[in-house]
Amino acid sequence: MTTTLAFLSEFADGIEFIFSSRESNTGGVQVGGSQLLDLLWEHLKLSGVAVVISCLVAVPLALWLGHIGRGELLATSVANVGRAVPTLAVIAFFIAYLGVGFTNVALALVLLAIPPILTNTYVAVRQVDREVVDAARGMGLSAVQVVRKVELPMALPGIFAGIRTSVVNVVATATIAPLGGVITLGDPIINSSVYGDAGRLGASIVVAVLAVGTELVFAGLQRAVTPRGLKLQSGDAPRRRPFAFPKRRIQTSP
Amino acid sequence: MPIPAPLAQVQIRRRDADSCVADNGFCPDWIVDNLDRYGTPFLQHVYLTVAAVAIGFAIAFGLALLAHRRRWLVGPITAATGILYTLPSLAVFFLLQPLTGRGTLTALIALVSYTLLIIFRNVMTGLDNVPTETKDAGRGVGLTDRQLLWRVELPLAVPEILAGVRIAATTTVGLATLAFFAGAGGLGGQIFSDINFKSNVVVGGGLCVALAVALDVIVLSAQRLLTPWQRAR
Repeated sequence: MTTTLAFLSEFADGIEFIFSSRESNTGGVQVGGSQLLDLLWEHLKLSGVAVVISCLVAVPLALWLGHIGRGELLATSVANVGRAVPTLAVIAFFIAYLGVGFTNVALALVLLAIPPILTNTYVAVRQVDREVVDAARGMGLSAVQVVRKVELPMALPGIFAGIRTSVVNVVATATIAPLGGVITLGDPIINSSVYGDAGRLGASIVVAVLAVGTELVFAGLQRAVTPRGLKLQSGDAPRRRPFAFPKRRIQTSP
Repeated sequence: MPIPAPLAQVQIRRRDADSCVADNGFCPDWIVDNLDRYGTPFLQHVYLTVAAVAIGFAIAFGLALLAHRRRWLVGPITAATGILYTLPSLAVFFLLQPLTGRGTLTALIALVSYTLLIIFRNVMTGLDNVPTETKDAGRGVGLTDRQLLWRVELPLAVPEILAGVRIAATTTVGLATLAFFAGAGGLGGQIFSDINFKSNVVVGGGLCVALAVALDVIVLSAQRLLTPWQRAR
């Protein structure tokens, strides 16, 4: 019974850290409460920069590869290699070879964010009905118009599935960015000597809520960008997500 | 006073190695001399990964069989495992600490929770992709539901199921690099202990990648053994 109460009080302490600031363990600095907003801003800035850059790189490349129908090996093996290389190793590699700092950590996150976007975009473009593309060509659309007016809109749900995976990964991974000198929400978790146990627990709660919130927002966005014509025939929706179920349309995560 | 030749050579080599370490270069000599310090973390890493995937497979497989019979469970199970999958591992390690303390148990719970969604989803896809005609044929020769599941549906779903295990294994190798935050060791602790030293980072990261590739190959070989009919083609 006492152990139950002990962990409840630890959680209460952690939650209090989120809402009210206190003096740090090392003294002199106010941590927690409104200070977390600064960390949150840095966290979102780092994640945002990384995701935007990787979209700018991966989406056009995959659209083009998908359009000309080449580079299947590249598009699929990028995902496999990306999964095999651990996040911590990539960030450590960047720190050891390029040094700490916002740019280097953002670049490391870009490398982590590219594979899901690249693979999902490529698969989505390849799965656009070839007959629809042929019809568009027959109507006299140029290659650029086919990509912009046919392949891109029809692949949009798949592209957003990839972006959503990447965003959630990046937001989660930005937690270890303080190792590279970027003070994100992971700082209280990694430098717990400064913030104390309550700070570590409080920041863990915030990071968890942030990740789930991001997932929910992007799941909504993904639904919003689905062209109405595709929603109507959502009976054969499973092709859009590589591991979704056939027959029924079920959100794989909230 | 002249130094005997062999000793001088040894000294020169060591000084070279030291200067390489001091300059923070990539030092093959240092790696060869210090390879043994990666032994224990590597074994811890293997243990964490294999145990997490094995436990995760047992749970997810059971859930999938349950959901296969009772279809309404698919949505809730997918949503619940989806939330577990979304939570950042670092946060989960510390959210669990007041309950389970520091150590391997905490790390394993977190790692297992990540494998659930991947394996569950793939077992369900595998079972759903079994052609209706095949199932009808099975029923036609008089198989009960249970026999149909174990003799027809599951064998045919093996490729999808093992694809899930492969993804889960490689993902877990990556996540286990953070397990040292939960006090469970692993290669991440070794990388983190000297994160600015290039040789250390390359060896630690390289071992992770090698482990991921090795596990992938092992599961692929298992798949070939389990699905002899696919080889014949």
